[in-house]
Amino acid sequence: MGHAHNDHDLSKPVQVLPPDKAKIRRILMTTLFLGLATAIEFVIAFTMEPGTPKTMIFVLLTFYKTFYIVGEFMHLRYEVKTLIWSVVLPVSFICWFITAMLAEGHSVEVLRTWASTWF
Amino acid sequence: MATTAATVSDKNLWKGGVEPLKASYGKLMMWFFLLSDALTFSGLLVTYGFSRFSHPTFQGKIEDFYFSVKHWPIPERVFTHIPFFHVNAPLVFVGIMTFVLILSSVTMVLAVEAGHRMDKEAVQKWMLWTIVGGLTFLGCQAWEWTIFITGGKPLMVDGLQIIGANLQGNEYGPVLFADLFFFITGFHGTHVLSGVILNILVFYNTTLGTYEKTGHYEMVEKVGLYWHFVDLVWVFVFTFFYLV
Repeated sequence: MGHAHNDHDLSKPVQVLPPDKAKIRRILMTTLFLGLATAIEFVIAFTMEPGTPKTMIFVLLTFYKTFYIVGEFMHLRYEVKTLIWSVVLPVSFICWFITAMLAEGHSVEVLRTWASTWF
Repeated sequence: MATTAATVSDKNLWKGGVEPLKASYGKLMMWFFLLSDALTFSGLLVTYGFSRFSHPTFQGKIEDFYFSVKHWPIPERVFTHIPFFHVNAPLVFVGIMTFVLILSSVTMVLAVEAGHRMDKEAVQKWMLWTIVGGLTFLGCQAWEWTIFITGGKPLMVDGLQIIGANLQGNEYGPVLFADLFFFITGFHGTHVLSGVILNILVFYNTTLGTYEKTGHYEMVEKVGLYWHFVDLVWVFVFTFFYLV
Protein backbone atom coordinates (compact mmCIF):
# COMPACT_ATOMS: atom_id res chain seq x y z
CA MET A 1 0.00 0.00 0.00
CA GLY A 2 1.38 3.36 -0.93
CA HIS A 3 1.19 6.16 1.55
CA ALA A 4 0.49 9.44 -0.12
CA HIS A 5 2.23 11.84 2.20
CA ASN A 6 5.30 11.20 4.24
CA ASP A 7 6.44 14.75 4.76
CA HIS A 8 4.78 14.93 8.21
CA ASP A 9 3.71 18.50 7.75
CA LEU A 10 1.70 19.15 10.92
CA SER A 11 0.82 22.72 10.03
CA LYS A 12 -1.58 21.46 7.34
CA PRO A 13 -4.79 19.83 8.57
CA VAL A 14 -4.99 16.08 7.87
CA GLN A 15 -6.99 15.40 4.75
CA VAL A 16 -9.69 12.81 5.43
CA LEU A 17 -10.91 10.98 2.33
CA PRO A 18 -14.54 9.79 2.00
CA PRO A 19 -15.27 6.07 2.60
CA ASP A 20 -14.41 3.77 -0.30
CA LYS A 21 -17.89 2.36 -1.02
CA ALA A 22 -16.71 -0.44 -3.31
CA LYS A 23 -14.14 -1.64 -0.77
CA ILE A 24 -16.64 -1.61 2.11
CA ARG A 25 -19.14 -3.51 -0.05
CA ARG A 26 -16.51 -6.18 -0.71
CA ILE A 27 -15.74 -6.44 3.02
CA LEU A 28 -19.43 -6.90 3.83
CA MET A 29 -19.87 -9.52 1.10
CA THR A 30 -16.89 -11.44 2.50
CA THR A 31 -18.53 -11.27 5.93
CA LEU A 32 -21.71 -12.72 4.47
CA PHE A 33 -19.82 -15.62 2.83
CA LEU A 34 -17.94 -16.40 6.05
CA GLY A 35 -21.14 -16.31 8.09
CA LEU A 36 -22.98 -18.53 5.62
CA ALA A 37 -20.14 -21.08 5.55
CA THR A 38 -20.18 -21.29 9.36
CA ALA A 39 -23.98 -21.64 9.40
CA ILE A 40 -23.82 -24.46 6.82
CA GLU A 41 -21.15 -26.26 8.87
CA PHE A 42 -23.40 -25.97 11.88
CA VAL A 43 -26.41 -27.44 10.08
CA ILE A 44 -24.35 -30.29 8.63
CA ALA A 45 -22.95 -31.12 12.08
CA PHE A 46 -26.42 -32.21 13.18
CA THR A 47 -28.01 -33.53 10.01
CA MET A 48 -25.36 -35.78 8.43
CA GLU A 49 -24.19 -39.20 9.58
CA PRO A 50 -20.55 -39.15 10.72
CA GLY A 51 -18.14 -40.47 8.09
CA THR A 52 -15.70 -39.50 5.36
CA PRO A 53 -18.18 -37.39 3.27
CA LYS A 54 -19.10 -35.31 6.33
CA THR A 55 -15.45 -34.75 7.25
CA MET A 56 -14.63 -33.82 3.64
CA ILE A 57 -17.40 -31.19 3.59
CA PHE A 58 -16.03 -29.69 6.82
CA VAL A 59 -12.49 -29.61 5.44
CA LEU A 60 -13.62 -27.99 2.17
CA LEU A 61 -15.70 -25.35 3.96
CA THR A 62 -12.76 -24.59 6.25
CA PHE A 63 -10.49 -24.07 3.24
CA TYR A 64 -13.17 -21.90 1.64
CA LYS A 65 -13.18 -19.71 4.74
CA THR A 66 -9.37 -19.66 4.83
CA PHE A 67 -9.20 -18.28 1.28
CA TYR A 68 -11.57 -15.46 2.19
CA ILE A 69 -9.88 -14.55 5.49
CA VAL A 70 -6.32 -14.67 4.12
CA GLY A 71 -7.15 -13.35 0.64
CA GLU A 72 -9.55 -10.51 1.45
CA PHE A 73 -9.12 -9.64 5.14
CA MET A 74 -5.35 -10.12 5.21
CA HIS A 75 -5.15 -8.70 1.71
CA LEU A 76 -2.79 -11.41 0.46
CA ARG A 77 -4.66 -11.74 -2.87
CA TYR A 78 -3.56 -8.24 -3.79
CA GLU A 79 0.13 -8.61 -2.88
CA VAL A 80 2.85 -9.43 -5.43
CA LYS A 81 3.14 -13.06 -6.58
CA THR A 82 6.47 -13.67 -4.84
CA LEU A 83 5.02 -12.68 -1.48
CA ILE A 84 1.97 -14.90 -2.00
CA TRP A 85 4.13 -17.91 -2.82
CA SER A 86 6.61 -17.33 -0.01
CA VAL A 87 3.70 -17.66 2.41
CA VAL A 88 1.67 -20.37 0.66
CA LEU A 89 4.51 -22.77 -0.20
CA PRO A 90 5.81 -23.32 3.36
CA VAL A 91 2.24 -23.78 4.58
CA SER A 92 1.63 -26.45 1.93
CA PHE A 93 4.30 -28.63 3.61
CA ILE A 94 1.87 -28.99 6.51
CA CYS A 95 -0.33 -31.15 4.26
CA TRP A 96 2.29 -33.89 4.30
CA PHE A 97 2.74 -33.44 8.06
CA ILE A 98 -0.99 -34.06 8.56
CA THR A 99 -1.10 -37.10 6.26
CA ALA A 100 1.96 -38.67 7.88
CA MET A 101 0.89 -38.14 11.47
CA LEU A 102 -2.70 -39.32 10.95
CA ALA A 103 -1.41 -42.50 9.28
CA GLU A 104 1.05 -42.96 12.13
CA GLY A 105 -1.72 -42.45 14.70
CA HIS A 106 -3.91 -45.02 12.98
CA SER A 107 -1.03 -47.48 12.93
CA VAL A 108 -0.54 -47.01 16.71
CA GLU A 109 -4.21 -47.82 17.25
CA VAL A 110 -4.03 -50.96 15.11
CA LEU A 111 -0.91 -52.17 16.95
CA ARG A 112 -2.47 -51.44 20.35
CA THR A 113 -5.59 -53.43 19.46
CA TRP A 114 -3.47 -56.26 18.10
CA ALA A 115 -1.29 -56.29 21.23
CA SER A 116 -4.29 -56.30 23.56
CA THR A 117 -5.51 -59.58 22.05
CA TRP A 118 -2.21 -61.20 23.10
CA PHE A 119 -1.44 -59.64 26.46
CA MET B 1 15.48 16.13 -9.34
CA ALA B 2 13.29 16.87 -6.34
CA THR B 3 10.42 14.94 -7.92
CA THR B 4 12.03 11.55 -7.27
CA ALA B 5 12.81 12.45 -3.68
CA ALA B 6 9.15 13.26 -3.09
CA THR B 7 7.80 9.87 -4.17
CA VAL B 8 10.43 7.65 -2.52
CA SER B 9 10.23 8.22 1.21
CA ASP B 10 12.55 6.94 3.91
CA LYS B 11 9.93 4.48 5.08
CA ASN B 12 9.63 2.79 1.70
CA LEU B 13 13.34 2.51 1.23
CA TRP B 14 15.02 -0.63 2.47
CA LYS B 15 18.78 -0.33 2.62
CA GLY B 16 19.81 -1.68 -0.74
CA GLY B 17 16.48 -1.48 -2.53
CA VAL B 18 13.00 -0.07 -2.70
CA GLU B 19 10.50 -2.34 -0.95
CA PRO B 20 11.32 -5.87 -2.03
CA LEU B 21 8.00 -7.75 -2.51
CA LYS B 22 6.32 -4.31 -2.51
CA ALA B 23 5.57 -4.57 1.19
CA SER B 24 7.06 -2.55 4.02
CA TYR B 25 9.61 -4.17 6.34
CA GLY B 26 7.16 -4.37 9.25
CA LYS B 27 4.38 -6.00 7.25
CA LEU B 28 6.71 -8.53 5.68
CA MET B 29 8.12 -9.52 9.06
CA MET B 30 4.58 -9.85 10.42
CA TRP B 31 3.81 -12.25 7.55
CA PHE B 32 6.83 -14.40 8.34
CA PHE B 33 6.06 -14.38 12.05
CA LEU B 34 2.52 -15.54 11.26
CA LEU B 35 3.95 -18.25 9.04
CA SER B 36 5.99 -19.62 11.94
CA ASP B 37 2.97 -19.31 14.22
CA ALA B 38 0.91 -21.26 11.70
CA LEU B 39 3.46 -24.06 11.94
CA THR B 40 3.18 -24.05 15.75
CA PHE B 41 -0.59 -24.26 15.66
CA SER B 42 -0.57 -26.98 13.02
CA GLY B 43 1.80 -28.89 15.30
CA LEU B 44 -0.79 -28.71 18.08
CA LEU B 45 -3.74 -29.62 15.86
CA VAL B 46 -1.87 -32.48 14.20
CA THR B 47 -1.04 -33.80 17.68
CA TYR B 48 -4.78 -33.79 18.33
CA GLY B 49 -5.36 -35.73 15.11
CA PHE B 50 -2.62 -38.21 16.01
CA SER B 51 -4.07 -38.82 19.48
CA ARG B 52 -7.55 -39.16 18.15
CA PHE B 53 -6.51 -41.70 15.50
CA SER B 54 -4.42 -43.67 17.98
CA HIS B 55 -7.44 -44.16 20.30
CA PRO B 56 -10.40 -46.37 19.42
CA THR B 57 -13.46 -44.61 18.00
CA PHE B 58 -16.85 -45.29 19.57
CA GLN B 59 -18.64 -47.90 17.49
CA GLY B 60 -22.38 -47.47 17.34
CA LYS B 61 -25.01 -44.79 17.13
CA ILE B 62 -24.47 -41.31 18.60
CA GLU B 63 -27.60 -41.75 20.75
CA ASP B 64 -26.02 -44.77 22.46
CA PHE B 65 -22.73 -42.95 23.12
CA TYR B 66 -21.39 -43.09 26.68
CA PHE B 67 -18.27 -41.55 28.19
CA SER B 68 -15.40 -43.98 28.76
CA VAL B 69 -11.59 -43.93 28.83
CA LYS B 70 -11.75 -46.75 26.26
CA HIS B 71 -12.76 -44.52 23.35
CA TRP B 72 -12.35 -40.92 22.19
CA PRO B 73 -15.33 -38.69 23.15
CA ILE B 74 -17.70 -37.19 20.57
CA PRO B 75 -17.36 -33.37 20.96
CA GLU B 76 -21.06 -32.65 20.47
CA ARG B 77 -21.74 -34.79 23.54
CA VAL B 78 -19.13 -32.90 25.60
CA PHE B 79 -19.89 -29.26 24.78
CA THR B 80 -23.64 -29.02 25.32
CA HIS B 81 -24.03 -26.04 27.66
CA ILE B 82 -25.07 -22.45 27.04
CA PRO B 83 -25.18 -19.78 29.75
CA PHE B 84 -28.44 -19.02 31.61
CA PHE B 85 -30.44 -21.86 30.01
CA HIS B 86 -30.56 -25.40 31.32
CA VAL B 87 -31.06 -27.08 27.99
CA ASN B 88 -29.11 -29.54 25.89
CA ALA B 89 -27.59 -27.30 23.20
CA PRO B 90 -24.65 -29.09 21.60
CA LEU B 91 -21.99 -26.81 20.08
CA VAL B 92 -24.32 -23.76 20.04
CA PHE B 93 -22.06 -21.77 22.35
CA VAL B 94 -18.89 -22.47 20.31
CA GLY B 95 -20.86 -21.45 17.22
CA ILE B 96 -21.66 -18.10 18.84
CA MET B 97 -17.98 -17.68 19.81
CA THR B 98 -16.97 -18.29 16.18
CA PHE B 99 -19.39 -15.60 14.98
CA VAL B 100 -18.10 -13.13 17.59
CA LEU B 101 -14.52 -13.62 16.42
CA ILE B 102 -15.41 -13.38 12.71
CA LEU B 103 -17.32 -10.14 13.38
CA SER B 104 -14.40 -8.64 15.31
CA SER B 105 -12.24 -9.50 12.30
CA VAL B 106 -14.66 -7.54 10.11
CA THR B 107 -14.51 -4.46 12.35
CA MET B 108 -10.70 -4.74 12.15
CA VAL B 109 -10.73 -4.58 8.31
CA LEU B 110 -13.02 -1.58 8.56
CA ALA B 111 -10.46 0.07 10.88
CA VAL B 112 -7.72 -0.62 8.33
CA GLU B 113 -9.91 0.84 5.56
CA ALA B 114 -10.52 3.96 7.66
CA GLY B 115 -6.76 4.22 8.27
CA HIS B 116 -6.10 4.37 4.53
CA ARG B 117 -8.39 7.38 4.39
CA MET B 118 -6.68 9.04 7.40
CA ASP B 119 -10.07 9.04 9.13
CA LYS B 120 -9.05 9.11 12.80
CA GLU B 121 -12.60 9.05 14.20
CA ALA B 122 -13.55 5.96 12.18
CA VAL B 123 -10.32 4.13 13.12
CA GLN B 124 -11.08 4.80 16.79
CA LYS B 125 -14.66 3.57 16.44
CA TRP B 126 -13.77 0.32 14.65
CA MET B 127 -10.76 -0.40 16.89
CA LEU B 128 -13.02 -0.07 19.90
CA TRP B 129 -15.53 -2.55 18.43
CA THR B 130 -12.68 -4.95 17.69
CA ILE B 131 -11.53 -4.73 21.31
CA VAL B 132 -15.09 -5.35 22.52
CA GLY B 133 -15.30 -8.42 20.26
CA GLY B 134 -12.00 -9.77 21.54
CA LEU B 135 -12.96 -9.30 25.18
CA THR B 136 -16.35 -10.96 24.56
CA PHE B 137 -14.59 -13.96 23.04
CA LEU B 138 -12.21 -14.21 26.02
CA GLY B 139 -15.15 -14.05 28.43
CA CYS B 140 -16.91 -16.83 26.53
CA GLN B 141 -13.78 -18.95 26.68
CA ALA B 142 -13.42 -18.43 30.43
CA TRP B 143 -17.00 -19.65 30.85
CA GLU B 144 -16.39 -22.61 28.54
CA TRP B 145 -13.32 -23.63 30.54
CA THR B 146 -15.20 -23.33 33.84
CA ILE B 147 -17.95 -25.66 32.61
CA PHE B 148 -15.39 -28.10 31.18
CA ILE B 149 -13.31 -28.16 34.38
CA THR B 150 -16.28 -28.41 36.76
CA GLY B 151 -18.08 -31.13 34.81
CA GLY B 152 -21.04 -32.87 36.39
CA LYS B 153 -21.40 -36.50 35.34
CA PRO B 154 -18.93 -38.67 37.30
CA LEU B 155 -17.00 -41.32 35.38
CA MET B 156 -15.76 -44.52 37.05
CA VAL B 157 -12.16 -45.42 36.14
CA ASP B 158 -10.53 -48.40 37.90
CA GLY B 159 -12.88 -48.02 40.85
CA LEU B 160 -12.14 -44.31 41.13
CA GLN B 161 -14.70 -41.63 40.53
CA ILE B 162 -13.59 -38.76 38.25
CA ILE B 163 -15.59 -35.54 38.14
CA GLY B 164 -14.73 -32.70 35.77
CA ALA B 165 -11.36 -32.37 34.08
CA ASN B 166 -7.72 -31.62 34.79
CA LEU B 167 -4.40 -32.65 33.24
CA GLN B 168 -4.41 -36.04 35.03
CA GLY B 169 -7.88 -37.22 34.16
CA ASN B 170 -11.31 -36.19 32.98
CA GLU B 171 -14.88 -37.45 32.91
CA TYR B 172 -15.13 -37.24 29.13
CA GLY B 173 -12.65 -39.90 28.02
CA PRO B 174 -8.90 -40.48 27.58
CA VAL B 175 -6.55 -38.20 29.56
CA LEU B 176 -5.16 -36.72 26.33
CA PHE B 177 -8.56 -35.35 25.34
CA ALA B 178 -8.70 -32.79 28.15
CA ASP B 179 -4.94 -32.14 27.93
CA LEU B 180 -5.24 -31.17 24.28
CA PHE B 181 -8.39 -29.15 24.96
CA PHE B 182 -6.45 -27.09 27.50
CA PHE B 183 -3.36 -26.76 25.32
CA ILE B 184 -5.04 -25.90 22.02
CA THR B 185 -7.81 -23.57 23.21
CA GLY B 186 -5.46 -22.16 25.86
CA PHE B 187 -2.70 -21.36 23.36
CA HIS B 188 -5.27 -19.78 21.08
CA GLY B 189 -6.79 -17.83 23.99
CA THR B 190 -3.32 -16.49 24.85
CA HIS B 191 -3.07 -15.24 21.27
CA VAL B 192 -6.46 -13.55 21.57
CA LEU B 193 -5.36 -11.93 24.83
CA SER B 194 -2.14 -10.54 23.36
CA GLY B 195 -4.14 -9.44 20.30
CA VAL B 196 -6.55 -7.50 22.52
CA ILE B 197 -3.59 -5.85 24.29
CA LEU B 198 -2.07 -4.86 20.92
CA ASN B 199 -5.46 -3.54 19.77
CA ILE B 200 -5.75 -1.44 22.93
CA LEU B 201 -2.26 0.00 22.30
CA VAL B 202 -3.17 0.86 18.70
CA PHE B 203 -6.44 2.44 19.86
CA TYR B 204 -4.52 4.48 22.45
CA ASN B 205 -1.97 5.65 19.87
CA THR B 206 -4.72 6.56 17.41
CA THR B 207 -6.43 8.65 20.06
CA LEU B 208 -3.15 10.40 20.91
CA GLY B 209 -2.72 11.20 17.22
CA THR B 210 0.57 9.28 16.90
CA TYR B 211 -0.32 7.90 13.47
CA GLU B 212 -1.48 11.27 12.23
CA LYS B 213 1.97 12.59 13.10
CA THR B 214 3.67 9.65 11.35
CA GLY B 215 1.50 10.31 8.32
CA HIS B 216 0.08 6.78 7.94
CA TYR B 217 -1.88 4.12 9.84
CA GLU B 218 0.30 1.15 8.91
CA MET B 219 0.42 -0.07 12.51
CA VAL B 220 -3.33 -0.74 12.28
CA GLU B 221 -2.64 -2.92 9.23
CA LYS B 222 0.14 -4.89 10.96
CA VAL B 223 -1.85 -5.57 14.11
CA GLY B 224 -4.80 -6.29 11.81
CA LEU B 225 -2.81 -9.06 10.11
CA TYR B 226 -2.17 -10.64 13.52
CA TRP B 227 -5.81 -10.33 14.54
CA HIS B 228 -7.09 -11.98 11.33
CA PHE B 229 -4.62 -14.79 11.84
CA VAL B 230 -5.99 -15.41 15.34
CA ASP B 231 -9.48 -15.54 13.81
CA LEU B 232 -8.24 -17.97 11.15
CA VAL B 233 -6.74 -20.29 13.76
CA TRP B 234 -10.09 -20.38 15.55
CA VAL B 235 -11.79 -21.39 12.28
CA PHE B 236 -9.48 -24.42 12.22
CA VAL B 237 -9.93 -25.20 15.93
CA PHE B 238 -13.71 -24.96 15.49
CA THR B 239 -13.68 -27.46 12.61
CA PHE B 240 -11.07 -29.94 13.80
CA PHE B 241 -11.66 -29.89 17.54
CA TYR B 242 -15.40 -29.31 17.81
CA LEU B 243 -17.08 -30.37 14.55
CA VAL B 244 -15.17 -33.37 13.17
